[in-house]
Amino acid sequence: MQEPAQIVVDNISHLYRPPRGREVLALDAVSLEVRQSEFIALLGPSGCGKSTLLYLIGGFLPVEKGEIRVDGKAVAGPGPDRGIVFQHFALFPWKTVRGNVLYGLERQGMAKAEREKRAMDYIELVGLHGFEDSYPSQLSGGMKQRAAIARTLAFDPKILLMDEPFGALDAQTRGLMQMELLRIWQRTPKTVIFVTHDVQEAVLLSDRVAVMSARPGRIKTIVDTKFDKNDPDIFKNKTFVEKVDEIWNLVKDEAIKAQGKRSA
Amino acid sequence: MTKTLIRYLPLLILALVWEMAARFEWVSTTALPPLTDVVRAWVELLLDGELLRNSASSLYRIGGGLGLSIVIGTVLGIGMAWWKPVNVLLAPIVEVFYPVPKSALIPVTVIWLGYGDGSKILLIFLGCMVPVTIGAFNGARASEQVMVWSARSMGAGKLRVLWDVVIPGAMPELLNGIRTALALSFILLVSSELVVAQKGFGFLIGSLGAGGSYDAMYAVVLTVAFLGFAADRAYLEIVRRTLAWRSVT
Repeated sequence: MQEPAQIVVDNISHLYRPPRGREVLALDAVSLEVRQSEFIALLGPSGCGKSTLLYLIGGFLPVEKGEIRVDGKAVAGPGPDRGIVFQHFALFPWKTVRGNVLYGLERQGMAKAEREKRAMDYIELVGLHGFEDSYPSQLSGGMKQRAAIARTLAFDPKILLMDEPFGALDAQTRGLMQMELLRIWQRTPKTVIFVTHDVQEAVLLSDRVAVMSARPGRIKTIVDTKFDKNDPDIFKNKTFVEKVDEIWNLVKDEAIKAQGKRSA
Repeated sequence: MTKTLIRYLPLLILALVWEMAARFEWVSTTALPPLTDVVRAWVELLLDGELLRNSASSLYRIGGGLGLSIVIGTVLGIGMAWWKPVNVLLAPIVEVFYPVPKSALIPVTVIWLGYGDGSKILLIFLGCMVPVTIGAFNGARASEQVMVWSARSMGAGKLRVLWDVVIPGAMPELLNGIRTALALSFILLVSSELVVAQKGFGFLIGSLGAGGSYDAMYAVVLTVAFLGFAADRAYLEIVRRTLAWRSVT
């Protein structure tokens, strides 16, 4: 018997209203189901509404048309069952790494001794041991994102929303962080929705890749990308290369369409 | 130590030129009494208690006016950034009040509150509230959406977000606004005391000048200048400590 989905996106449409100019249909009748402990990537050209969809699931934007349910309950706002990691980290610059990681635990009302220990555990998990008293301004981009991931994992959300989390990092750091995320995810399996426009990244990390169309955003296809990712030579792995190729062909047209729209 | 000395060397040279200009009568000693006479007059003012008495009342006025403006200006500025109705109500008032030369209000505050402390405190409060409000408003409005969202997803309610994210984020701009207010408070203090007062630095400068004691008058002017400078330095040190997270490397 198929397990019921943990996250149900049911026929969502969303209008984006810029402060100036005309409103744009960002998402058009999008439906998606995500199972528990599944890692799914939302892939598409920039401006296709993939981040908007993520923010709707996070409860940061109001659902106007359609419905989003998490564990059977309609999403009406943000909540600690859904943690988020942003591209530009969104760390509190006036708090140290430890202070940032502790913040969510304080909000959950965890006892002091317990939260101190837990914060240190997660700082260690992301490899920031020795930097717990540093301020974000003292860290490199990769370290900042590690801190942000630790902050979100520490309060133990069931669902992890990631908004192009490695998009602001250089290629090398990015590769390392992808490996790191896989390692962490295998240790603390959570449901992950991962927004990216990088095909390789999507295939490498996720069980399924939802390919989105250029504006208005729709889900074009969902490609199954679940296979053994522990190959040390994964980038030359036959299945990997085939999947990347297949998805790249799907995305290419949309990317060209998005380009055309922007220059028009 | 040597560095500080070199930095303030121009001031030393200026003092020397001042002394010489007066001693060799390059200028009239009425217009510019020798610096050494000014220092002597300063010591006399200090010994007979005149300087301390007037300092105390001036500092009380600055403390009251500036303190009130910081508290109320911060609340107003953050309120304007956080609640739309507050902004709709107050933005036009702040906009219109902003370019009013606050010294024009000196007679008004006197009519309202008389010759004493009240009118000075009110004037300083009104003048200083503007930069504080604007600083708090700009700082709070610039609070990053993603930071607010992060806090919300970690279980922070709206008031919690205001306290934990918006206010710390507004701090750099707010502290800048307060620095402007600090400088402005001295300007408003002295000008209002020059116009109508029975105590204070401005009163002392005015009455000594009118009585022809120019060396003593200069002594008070220099005292105010030094106090303003010292207050700004002390304030910058407080800012440096408060915003330590920003400059650490």
